[in-house]
Amino acid sequence: MAHSEIRRYLLSRGNSAVTDLLFKVLMMLCALSIFAIVALIAYQLVDKAQLTWTQSGLRFFYTAVKDPITGQAQYWDPVNGNFSAVPFIYGTLVSSFLSLLFAVPLALGVAIFLTEMCPGFLRSPLSFLTELLAAIPSIIYGLWAMYILVPLLRQYVNPALVNVLGWTGLFNNDNPTGDGYLASGVILAIMVLPIISSLTREVMTAVPHSQREAVLALGATRWEMIRVGVLRNARIGIVGAVILGLGRALGETMAVLMVIGNTPEIHKSLLANGATMASVIANEFAEATSDLHRSALVEIGLALFVVTIIVNAFAQLLVWAVTRGAPSQAH
Amino acid sequence: MSTAAFQLRAKVRAVTDHTVTTLAILATILVILPLAVIFTYLVIKGAASLNWDFFTKVPAPEGETGGGVANAIVGSAVLLGLASLIGVPLGIGSGIYLAEFGRGTKLANAVRFTADVLNGVPSIVMGVTAYALIVFPHVSYLPFLGHFSALAGGLALGIMMIPTVCRSTEEMLLMVPHAVREAALGLGVPNWRSTLSITVKTASPGIITGCMLAFARVAGETAPLMFTALGNQFWSTNLNNPIAALPLQIFNYSISPYEDQHRMAWAGALVLIVLIVLAVSLVRFVTSRGVLKGNS
Repeated sequence: MAHSEIRRYLLSRGNSAVTDLLFKVLMMLCALSIFAIVALIAYQLVDKAQLTWTQSGLRFFYTAVKDPITGQAQYWDPVNGNFSAVPFIYGTLVSSFLSLLFAVPLALGVAIFLTEMCPGFLRSPLSFLTELLAAIPSIIYGLWAMYILVPLLRQYVNPALVNVLGWTGLFNNDNPTGDGYLASGVILAIMVLPIISSLTREVMTAVPHSQREAVLALGATRWEMIRVGVLRNARIGIVGAVILGLGRALGETMAVLMVIGNTPEIHKSLLANGATMASVIANEFAEATSDLHRSALVEIGLALFVVTIIVNAFAQLLVWAVTRGAPSQAH
Repeated sequence: MSTAAFQLRAKVRAVTDHTVTTLAILATILVILPLAVIFTYLVIKGAASLNWDFFTKVPAPEGETGGGVANAIVGSAVLLGLASLIGVPLGIGSGIYLAEFGRGTKLANAVRFTADVLNGVPSIVMGVTAYALIVFPHVSYLPFLGHFSALAGGLALGIMMIPTVCRSTEEMLLMVPHAVREAALGLGVPNWRSTLSITVKTASPGIITGCMLAFARVAGETAPLMFTALGNQFWSTNLNNPIAALPLQIFNYSISPYEDQHRMAWAGALVLIVLIVLAVSLVRFVTSRGVLKGNS
């Protein structure tokens, strides 16, 4: 937005040019500090991960380490100094995709209800409640999941899944704790849901009303109006919202740490224990004794940083592509 | 198309419409449900353990009952204070730049984009960075380096506050009408003065609530504190020592084997959530009443 003529004239007179410039530069430095912080994070992570990088290189991210003494393939063995990020990458991907599987349909449903169907008096309280869901700290979700959700899964859901879907091999009855990929997928779904639904609402409200009215005028039902007039126009932004939710799920730490079981293993069964990239850092960093162990954890952090930056940047561009130019009605 | 086929199609469309409506309502209920369940449990389990001791005593030794989390509450306050020393000035400054000087420029767009991306970086990464900056290096003439400390925790939380404060400051400043700025400038007030005492002051309720929101967000952060502030069982307000924090204490209690400590974890969680809900409701109240448009 350009300054108005009057403002430009007003700014040009007077004798405070030096202080004004100083103020502007100071504020600009604050703004530039954001770049500096990102650069600093990147530098520190790369620097501290050097040790693992020189030892394993890219292999750190895709293969197991063969133990020289036993000859067995080891993924993560701090005692003998064998480190590979594979089980954590696997755990992160499995739990994040499970969470999206649960959260995306629900988030879409909520967004559709709140923007297109909800009676006016309910809209504000309901959107406040979903916002509140986003404000609850990770640790409280974790506490709740640990003492309420996991026992429920252990007692009712997991046995049922094993009975009905056991033949797929995805549900095995060999973990009696109830912790695991599924539990973390469920709690992550609850946590990313408000992000996806509020962004989806934002892009859906950015769709002009004329689109809706045009489709309705052709005799469409409400669902057809939503499908053709709203969802089709907002689809890029919705994909962006889902990817932003994925970014959040990838980096979520505490809640996952408390319910995933924290074993550096790879299992096909969704009911088995595992670990994610974020959870292993939280679990082992403070107690890491060898430099190599710590540097391996930092390298996992670096990978997490790079991946979330890419995911977030991509999603942000998609959301902007839809909401740019539209009046902001997000709140 | 024959009439019968047409009627059938109309029926199918109507049924689909109703089904989707029902599904959307069901989804909304399913989403509100966990919120209700979590709050019910927090209130039931937490309220039962809240007493005066909880707010005034330090944690009891392992295995003993009783005690409180007074040191963790104070520790959290110290950490939040440190964090806002870093996060609030930098956040507000960059917000002022985005709204007052950089509108429409490439630099401002880049800053805004980077802030949004930084906002999505996992908190655990901030923790690792603060560790690498403060806990890891040993420099003999800089005594605050080289060990776990409140300083490191505050740094990690402070970095996390910047994007939130920046973006909400920008949003609030953009709501201040141009006429207000022009009126100040027309009276001969220099630009920096008009920005600080007129524009920022007009938007200050919004900016303060934005800071509260960032506050509420980092107040519940646990992951970045686990290897920076580390936690502490005793009283400590020394910035150079490990310090207790409420979320860390909740975590330690929740994974402990003792029933009494689980009870304390729920109580701590209740205290934390009450503080956060208050902050979020305040934000909602201020932004929805449109304080800015009135005569504040």
